[in-house]
Amino acid sequence: MKELVILSGKGGTGKTSLTASFAVLADGCLLCDADVDAADLHLLMQPDIRKRTDFQGGGVAVIDPQRCTGCGTCIDYCRWAAIGPDFVVDEIGCEGCGVCVDFCPEQAIDFPIKTCGQWFISDTRCGPMVHARLGIAEENSGKLVALVRQQARQLAEERGLDMILTDGPPGVGCPVIASVGGATSALIVTEPTVSGIHDMARAIELCRFFKVPVMICINKFDLNVDNSATIEQMARDGGLPIVGRVPFDAAFTRAMVQGKTLLEFDGDGSAGEQLRRVWAAIMCTPAMMAE
Amino acid sequence: MIISIASGKGGTGKTTVATNLAVSVSGPVQLLDCDVEEPNAHLFLRPTIEETKTITTPVPEIDLEKCNQCKKCMEICRFKAIAVIGDTVLTFPELCHGCGGCLAVCPEGAITEKGRDLGVLEVGAMNGVSFIHGRLRVGEAMSPPLIRAVRECSRAGGLTLIDAPPGTSCPVIAAMKDTDFVLLVTEPTPFGLHDLKLAVEAVKILDIPMGLVINRADIGDDAVRAYAQAEGLPILMEIPFDRQIAESYSRGEMFTLAMPEWKDRFRALAENIQTLAEKGAGEK
Repeated sequence: MKELVILSGKGGTGKTSLTASFAVLADGCLLCDADVDAADLHLLMQPDIRKRTDFQGGGVAVIDPQRCTGCGTCIDYCRWAAIGPDFVVDEIGCEGCGVCVDFCPEQAIDFPIKTCGQWFISDTRCGPMVHARLGIAEENSGKLVALVRQQARQLAEERGLDMILTDGPPGVGCPVIASVGGATSALIVTEPTVSGIHDMARAIELCRFFKVPVMICINKFDLNVDNSATIEQMARDGGLPIVGRVPFDAAFTRAMVQGKTLLEFDGDGSAGEQLRRVWAAIMCTPAMMAE
Repeated sequence: MIISIASGKGGTGKTTVATNLAVSVSGPVQLLDCDVEEPNAHLFLRPTIEETKTITTPVPEIDLEKCNQCKKCMEICRFKAIAVIGDTVLTFPELCHGCGGCLAVCPEGAITEKGRDLGVLEVGAMNGVSFIHGRLRVGEAMSPPLIRAVRECSRAGGLTLIDAPPGTSCPVIAAMKDTDFVLLVTEPTPFGLHDLKLAVEAVKILDIPMGLVINRADIGDDAVRAYAQAEGLPILMEIPFDRQIAESYSRGEMFTLAMPEWKDRFRALAENIQTLAEKGAGEK
């Protein structure tokens, strides 16, 4: 089974728009949305949710005022300053370490496990999809990403699909690390801006750290052709395949407004043509060809 | 006053707004780039960095001479960062949140703390704008402690602008918490709207007054404006999609330099925010 994870470092370079178009081009694949924090792939794929499951994160400290004597031990031990002088725990500030629970001499602190999101198994017009919704202001995004990817693999096996397309989150932190490990290859979608280049370099470094082969796609390449040339040079210097250049095209936004992928909206346009070439090039990279 | 600039969705223009606002306002201003996973503000402000320090988070170090394998450290650790196997103790520093529970619970005094590198913090300035950012070490998962370190490094007084990371989970909360106003930058597209709604919910939980900047205001549809009206969210600025703005961004230039008429608009934006933040604080 192969898993292509789509990353970018910088947000807004076109990860989700490209992932959705690739789902149309792939001849049977499983879609996995690993951006559990601000998931958008469902807006293009309109999944029919078949199964919803609560995601249990860590615990959160809750002080029982009946049992609390106000000794202040918990405040002394809490490194997150999450317990106020009135002995009420700030749920947002609580790290879930439970140290206060263990040290409270009155055993006045409970530690209920929080439900901090939901994950879904769905059907879409391009195949099954596994996705999730982390609760607002919650932690444990990396754990939820790992769970979603594990479920995606299991479902792909059950359905006899040998390709998983994983739409990754922006950045290089916890949820991105959880998205990358063990993937067949990472496609980094970048844009020819100084920030796009800066963030691409960090995303490449992250993939190297986790030994995942990288390929590069330049989106909106005509916005700044000098910067696009710089990206190509960086890719060549790093021995990374460039799988394509996609022009800036307002049709991406118009397609999004209609809840469609670009290929479904304007498949015959120049961006559509480029996307087909990019997909063909992705499937011909050494990492994706390897058995 | 502290204004955090956030968005939910990435790539909507947080850094564009934060940097252009920083160079447009009069009076002392400091810009904190709290998007430590992918800090970009320095590419536009181009500050001279005067100070660099490594930021660490405490992780346990076990003295096996003193350890009697009682396993209390393993039992207290909710993050599975310590395992006692036979007569040896393994620590997994990358899983450690630095709560200090193991250190506190060890009856033998066998645990001390050392630092795990989170990344660097850099302090600088450019044309009167004080600048601080964090740069997460690539491979490091935990950004909130570095974000908090950036915020702790700022000085009180004057205007502080925080360029927040995208999303709605712990890193954004660390960047927005205890700020006086959240300026949400969005774009009028289905992705922009969907993620804006999530960001608005996060700001509501923190109970901070907020307003919107609509970037690339003439693309997409009207759903963001309809949502803002229904929610009573003030639209404080609209920036059109303009090839000149997009190209200056691509080169790492702040567009107010080439289009100075926008400086007045950003100054007015800051004044508007000041009024709204004071009104919000008054209502609390």
